[in-house]
Amino acid sequence: MPFVARVSLALSRRALVNAMRRPQLLLPLVLIPTLMLAANVGGLNRTTTLPGFPAVHGFLDFQLAPAMTQSLLFGGVAMGVAMALEIEAGFFSRLAVAPIPRVAIVLGRLGAASAIAVIQMLWFLSIGLIFGAHVKSGLPGLLVTFGIGIVAGVAFAALGVALALRARNASTVQGIFPLVFVSLFLSSAYFPRNLLTSPFDAIARYNPLSYIAEGMRDPIVNSLSAQPVLEGLAAAAGLAVLAVGLSVVTLRGRLDEA
Amino acid sequence: MSASIRTIRALVRRALNEIIRVPGGAIPGVLAPAIFLVGLSGVYGAASQLPGFPTGSFRSFIVPVGFLQAATFAGAATGVNLARDIEQGWFDRLIVCPAPRVTLLTGLVLSASLRALLPATALVAVAFALGVHWPGVDGLVIAYALTMGMAAATACWGISMALRFRTQQAAPLIQLAGLLATLFSTAYAPKALLAPWLRHIADVNPANFVMEGVRQGFVGGVTWEHSWQAVVAIAGLLIVLGTFAVRGMRRVGVAA
Repeated sequence: MPFVARVSLALSRRALVNAMRRPQLLLPLVLIPTLMLAANVGGLNRTTTLPGFPAVHGFLDFQLAPAMTQSLLFGGVAMGVAMALEIEAGFFSRLAVAPIPRVAIVLGRLGAASAIAVIQMLWFLSIGLIFGAHVKSGLPGLLVTFGIGIVAGVAFAALGVALALRARNASTVQGIFPLVFVSLFLSSAYFPRNLLTSPFDAIARYNPLSYIAEGMRDPIVNSLSAQPVLEGLAAAAGLAVLAVGLSVVTLRGRLDEA
Repeated sequence: MSASIRTIRALVRRALNEIIRVPGGAIPGVLAPAIFLVGLSGVYGAASQLPGFPTGSFRSFIVPVGFLQAATFAGAATGVNLARDIEQGWFDRLIVCPAPRVTLLTGLVLSASLRALLPATALVAVAFALGVHWPGVDGLVIAYALTMGMAAATACWGISMALRFRTQQAAPLIQLAGLLATLFSTAYAPKALLAPWLRHIADVNPANFVMEGVRQGFVGGVTWEHSWQAVVAIAGLLIVLGTFAVRGMRRVGVAA
């Protein structure tokens, strides 16, 4: 195994163990989206009868994707906070002078993010199925939803890491929490795009979260079809490439300053 | 001016200073209810077309969610800040000062009530700018009063949790209660349109009566029935959660 992969793996394991040792930081990632999922489904279940609402088995099927997207976005913030805490505590400085490839510092964190994304996706698909959701495209669809979710989780974590490297303090990273909701509200994650009010419908068209959520949702509510899945995958992968690039560039800038 | 009132004033001023001097920490809480109002109404606005919805404006219907968020965020912030003061040792100095503990508690709770006015006012400004139905002076006064009462009740919960766990790591637990109370109610739709399981929870959720009390002016007129139910719900919450908080304050230092 190449040296960079070994170091990245070791740092991933460390970040993952740290995350598991702080359930108070990890729990809100699934708890808050789960509560909001329950409230949305319980409160707005009749909206599936609105003219223009796509044919779905139930509102829970429709709402699983936004809950997963929200959870993954929270995961990105949590990864950023964890990184910022390590900068504040001085661990990052020790990593910076260690004889390891610098890119492994970012890749290690993203490895942990992908493992946590798997847990988040498993959680929501499990509670969805327990409470009566149907995955119309079966196992292949589940795998597609999983795949898009994990790539998106890595993208959001990379954004969190980039922000942490730039801000260098946890409270600033934590402060972007409301932006998670803003970015989701400005997408078609929660409701069909044709039923959003103006100008939300127009903005949602340009928001990559719309395509990520729709890409994860389509295999749940429909038979597997190429367009929404490819769009979702492209949006998640594009965001991941951009965000990872941004965090590597920010890391280099940070180390050059130091 | 009695010593107790001076103490309460000092504690309230200290809490409010945090908003002015550490705006980075306060801004998300101040803006969040307005963000949710705009976001939820933009996303779920079409829900008001459902038969049985009491108003054609989903935005007017959803305003009380923002008021309750303002209240619960402010109350939770008071609890989390107290946990931080306990961790940093400031609370130990406060507790040995010659002031009755109920006075200290009153100062903390009152600061939460006043703190809630800031996000509530930001919410109201955004709501009216977006054309939310004018609730009348009486409707608006009731909405503000209930928000302050709810903030006080949530602060009592937050304080009792902070005193129990003595760490900021209890923050999710403190914040969770407000979130549950707000979401598991008629937040998004009238009771008749809720799923049966949520309707049963809303029936016994005291915050739901507060929600309806705040909402009444925004979707119709102020009625005695909605008002007294909301006031009784707030009073009940204050008695129960206030008792926990008082007991928590009295126990500080006893075990040591």
